[in-house]
Amino acid sequence: MATAGDITGKITLKGKPAPEKQLPVANDPFCGKLFAGKPIPTTRFYVVDANGGLADVFVYLKEGVTSKPAPPAEPVKLDQKGCEYLPYVLGLQTKQKLLVSNSDPLLHNVHPTPTVAGNKESNRAQAANQAPLEYMFDNPEVFLRFKCDVHPWMFAYVGVVDHPYFAVSGKDGTYKIANVPPGDYVIEMVHRKTHPSGKGTTQKMKVGPDGAKADFTIEAAAQ
Amino acid sequence: MTRSPDNPWLHRFAVLTAVSTLALIGIGGLVTSHGAGLAVPDWPTSYGYNMFLFPPSYWVGGILYEHTHRLFASFVGLLTTVLAVWLWIKEPRRWLRWAGVFAFFGVVFQGVLGGLRVTLLENSLGIVHAAIAQLFVVLVSLIALWTSRGRALAGASRGEGVVVSKGLLRLMVFGTLLIFLQLILGATMRHQHAGLAVPDFPLAYGKLWPAMDPASIEAYNRNRLDVFDPNPITAFQIGLHMIHRLGAFACLVLVGLAAWFSRARLGSQSTQAKLCMLWFVLVVAQAGLGAATVLSNKAADIATAHVVLGAASLVMGAILWAMGLPVAAPATQETECRARADGIPAISSGEPKAALSPN
Repeated sequence: MATAGDITGKITLKGKPAPEKQLPVANDPFCGKLFAGKPIPTTRFYVVDANGGLADVFVYLKEGVTSKPAPPAEPVKLDQKGCEYLPYVLGLQTKQKLLVSNSDPLLHNVHPTPTVAGNKESNRAQAANQAPLEYMFDNPEVFLRFKCDVHPWMFAYVGVVDHPYFAVSGKDGTYKIANVPPGDYVIEMVHRKTHPSGKGTTQKMKVGPDGAKADFTIEAAAQ
Repeated sequence: MTRSPDNPWLHRFAVLTAVSTLALIGIGGLVTSHGAGLAVPDWPTSYGYNMFLFPPSYWVGGILYEHTHRLFASFVGLLTTVLAVWLWIKEPRRWLRWAGVFAFFGVVFQGVLGGLRVTLLENSLGIVHAAIAQLFVVLVSLIALWTSRGRALAGASRGEGVVVSKGLLRLMVFGTLLIFLQLILGATMRHQHAGLAVPDFPLAYGKLWPAMDPASIEAYNRNRLDVFDPNPITAFQIGLHMIHRLGAFACLVLVGLAAWFSRARLGSQSTQAKLCMLWFVLVVAQAGLGAATVLSNKAADIATAHVVLGAASLVMGAILWAMGLPVAAPATQETECRARADGIPAISSGEPKAALSPN
């Protein structure tokens, strides 16, 4: 087998997105207390750095993956902290464990709302300091939404794919998909707001032993 | 056991049940407007507690709305049970006794349905739950009407009610049914948790009829930056919203015509014409609240008022409809005497029926 390479790149946002909105954390006095004298958190629709690097973009190989390794034993972690889900966007392989914890000193409920048949919806309470709740999804779904109905501004979006070749862009907009076998692929990037239907922007690419590079530029919604 | 159709306390209790049911629909509207339908994930317990012992310190965020809805629904269930038993013991009209029994089973079914919506995580059950709530408030309101003194005595004395012309009755029937369809459409939109499918009014995305092709839908969704990040809208949801607007216009026309004709045929001083005018005012206010719901970006209090006024409009239509129908009731000697004593005139079958006051 040829040596695997990494796919790297950067997602750049063109244009100025609409200003983010403050979350109504005071709707729950317990959440409100967490932010007494502190800045109120805002929505995270467009997390952009000074150079236009766009965070929270899910990037994955959409076509061309022939070998699909078993999911890693290491679980992916999602936390509830400050009455928000952290991180906002994450990736998960089908049948890989996802552990959802609650670091807040208050009650949340954890409610994944899949839309793909075979991925199970559930709604479970999670008190402060309770053991993490475990989830696993059988079918690919980009994005699978987690919400909290006690605090209806809390969301996390999970990109679930049936192989390990995915990444989420960081604060500077860069991403890295590691150990991709050489071959021809279609890579797709999906952002929650610029691609609300879940159909992202794609590129055809060839990955060699030295890896490959795929940058994307997308435009913010017109104001 | 003495049974009499003239039982003022039973009537007052039926009115209390109807008003409480309307309030319950309002609390249900708050639940959906705040996206809190699943804030308590278990049922019939609340976070593992007996529902009635759930500590108030937990009543925060979405839990406050959902748990209050459950407790108030239990209260309405209790009222309905008492009403059904009371009717069964005291009411001479058999069909009305069975209406009470039907209401009892209706409220039980509705409660279980609400619980199943939570445990089965099924949005469509929420729509059915909302539709049955509307039918239920109509039923208990009609029980309140039928137990009213004037109605009971009119039925008992002559076996007939206030009969309006067939054309006017038809307008009332169509108006009421259309309002019910509008309420089901509204419930369908609310329970899809997609927020406002069309964010502007009186135009729709700047046009008389919005574009609904996939590229336009994608563009609409890209511009939706709501704190509560509702589900992306679809062309189907935009279509529903537009039909709801057209339906509102049709309701205004039908109810407006009903108000106009009832005034022309029955006279401006007749109770029925006055109630019909009140019905029209309710529907006009309801249309205004619908517009305000859009313009306020579905502010929870305005959207909830829209739900409550919709239910009140439906009840008013159903009451007017019922008042226009003949009352089939066996007269008892006691109520016949009572009617005479109260000065209700004896009218032969050939006399104008509208002369009876509907009260």
